[in-house]
Amino acid sequence: MSDSSTTAPSTSARPQRSRLSSIIFILTLIALIIGVSICNQLPAEHPLYVSNYMVTLLGKYLTYAILAVAVDLVWGYLGILSLGHAAFFALGGYVMGMHLMRQIGDRGVYGNPDLPDFMVFLNWTELPWYWMGSDNFAFTAMMILLVPGLLAFVFGWFAFRSRVNGVYLSIITQALTYALMLAFFRNEMGFGGNNGLTDFRELLGFDLRSDTVRLGLFIASGVALLLVFLLCDSILRSRLGKVAIAIRDAEDRTRFIGYRVESVKLALFALSAMIAGIAGALYVPQVGIINPGEFAPLNSIEVVVWVAIGGRGTLYGAVLGALGVNYAKTWFTGAFPEAWLFALGLLFVVVTLLLPRGVAGLLKFKRSSQAAS
Amino acid sequence: MSTPDPMTGPAVFRRDKVFEFLIPKQVDDLDLSHGTALYLENISVNFDGFQAINGLNFYVNTGELRCLIGPNGAGKTTLMDIVTGKTRPDTGTAWFGQKINLLRMDEAEIAQAGIGRKFQKPSVFENLTVFDNLELSMAGTRKLWPTYRARLSSETMDRIEAMAGTINLLSQLYAQAGSLSHGQKQWLEIGMLIMQNPVLLLVDEPAAGMTHQEMDRTVELLTTLAGDHAIVVVEHDMDFVRALNSPVTVLHQGSVLAEGSMAEVQSNTDVMRVYLGTESSSC
Repeated sequence: MSDSSTTAPSTSARPQRSRLSSIIFILTLIALIIGVSICNQLPAEHPLYVSNYMVTLLGKYLTYAILAVAVDLVWGYLGILSLGHAAFFALGGYVMGMHLMRQIGDRGVYGNPDLPDFMVFLNWTELPWYWMGSDNFAFTAMMILLVPGLLAFVFGWFAFRSRVNGVYLSIITQALTYALMLAFFRNEMGFGGNNGLTDFRELLGFDLRSDTVRLGLFIASGVALLLVFLLCDSILRSRLGKVAIAIRDAEDRTRFIGYRVESVKLALFALSAMIAGIAGALYVPQVGIINPGEFAPLNSIEVVVWVAIGGRGTLYGAVLGALGVNYAKTWFTGAFPEAWLFALGLLFVVVTLLLPRGVAGLLKFKRSSQAAS
Repeated sequence: MSTPDPMTGPAVFRRDKVFEFLIPKQVDDLDLSHGTALYLENISVNFDGFQAINGLNFYVNTGELRCLIGPNGAGKTTLMDIVTGKTRPDTGTAWFGQKINLLRMDEAEIAQAGIGRKFQKPSVFENLTVFDNLELSMAGTRKLWPTYRARLSSETMDRIEAMAGTINLLSQLYAQAGSLSHGQKQWLEIGMLIMQNPVLLLVDEPAAGMTHQEMDRTVELLTTLAGDHAIVVVEHDMDFVRALNSPVTVLHQGSVLAEGSMAEVQSNTDVMRVYLGTESSSC
């Protein structure tokens, strides 16, 4: 050890746990929500006007950001590289989609008051049991948390108790989302098969096509991101968060000081799946469709790429990654549609090689080097 | 056909019994009334044909400091793995005190029951501060919700700072453990072990990577701890073992070859033949 580190006051004084970054993040997010809401009300020719198209786009990005936070919670802090989180996202989306289908009522093409159009088309005479209760919003809201949470719990129960780790676990999560995709593609499943659920009209009596409701959904996504961030932040600041990092860095050591590693993993994995479910449920009314394509293994991998680029192990990094990469994706697929996947791949390689801690790591590095000089 | 007798019939039909998996696992209180902390009897472990432990009997008294020596592959680390629940023996029994059956518990339960372990390679949580490392290992709740709600009282802060003073890391209390030197990590791990306040400490090669002064302090610390804690030290460094001045158990090919003071063990012909003889020049 060098002498400077043993005498430096920076290591002997109890540091303020960097709340600063969290506060800056929260304030920025609130400013974004309010700013976009106000700018959306301006006349269209005003230079600061934010179009309705942009509002919906941003709302979609915010749901992606929630998903990224969910992945960062288990990957960045607990070391579980889940390559199947899009499955929980899609499940939350499907639960919301079912509710929205029931809201259509008899205004569908076939005019059946109980059955969604695709069921009438398939000559089904009554609603399958698992569609029961989906017309009730409170029940739907509960299921948005419960369905992904329960799947993650059962999955995690077997995986973590058998001490499946690392690459093996990642592969199983990929298999999980792939299996769900194949299942949801089947018409017999009763979720609209290939086409999924679409043609939504109303949510809680509000017309989903109206601009005000779209703004409302954007605000709801922003608030959801804020609450999810606060929840994850409070966990990660607590002793439980330190235990999570301990598990990530030295799982056996954590066991030998008496923590039940499986329980911690299971609880945080299920929580993360529920957060992903919330993201999916907010995503579906904004894009107007949910189909089995959302379960595609590639989607889950893309989420991991957002988190890696933004900086895993920092919540705001995950949000930055999700927003930044998706903005780039929208721009790229408009300007050079064929080049997007190459650009994403290149970005991932560059970040992995040059910025192992992502963009957030770059910010941190700048700050600490400033503090040192 | 008559129905099976509810009291004497097959176990499934008996009304005075429930299935074993329905019986809640008893968290036995540690019973050390006979003065023995650890009983290992007739333990055998076979790793794919390699007999790592072979009919081993090993006892540790409460408050005793015991050194475990033996050539590489003698089964020292495997023995620690068995006691801490990492490895399950093929045969034999392992009891912690009179009442706790170690073979029915997992690592976390064993740690909570009061057995602490220090690994051969210093194993600390590198991305956490020294303070956090000590805080996590501190005896206390290990349940999820209380861990989430846990707040630091000034009393626990004092305890952690006092421990940091004991292991000479007070000036680096809020430094990342990963930035410590090898010897400091060893100290930190010993500190974490003591924070757990275990009844039995298993210490694997504490002196590795330490300077002579640090070694002297480790000897001093371990001798102070003995009495309140039973300690088993595995060590290759004979000077260190001699300095501890405690009973020595020599393992060879998975069973106990000799037991006694260092002087007795060193004069044992078996021991000289298989172990010390080959290293006598360095002793």
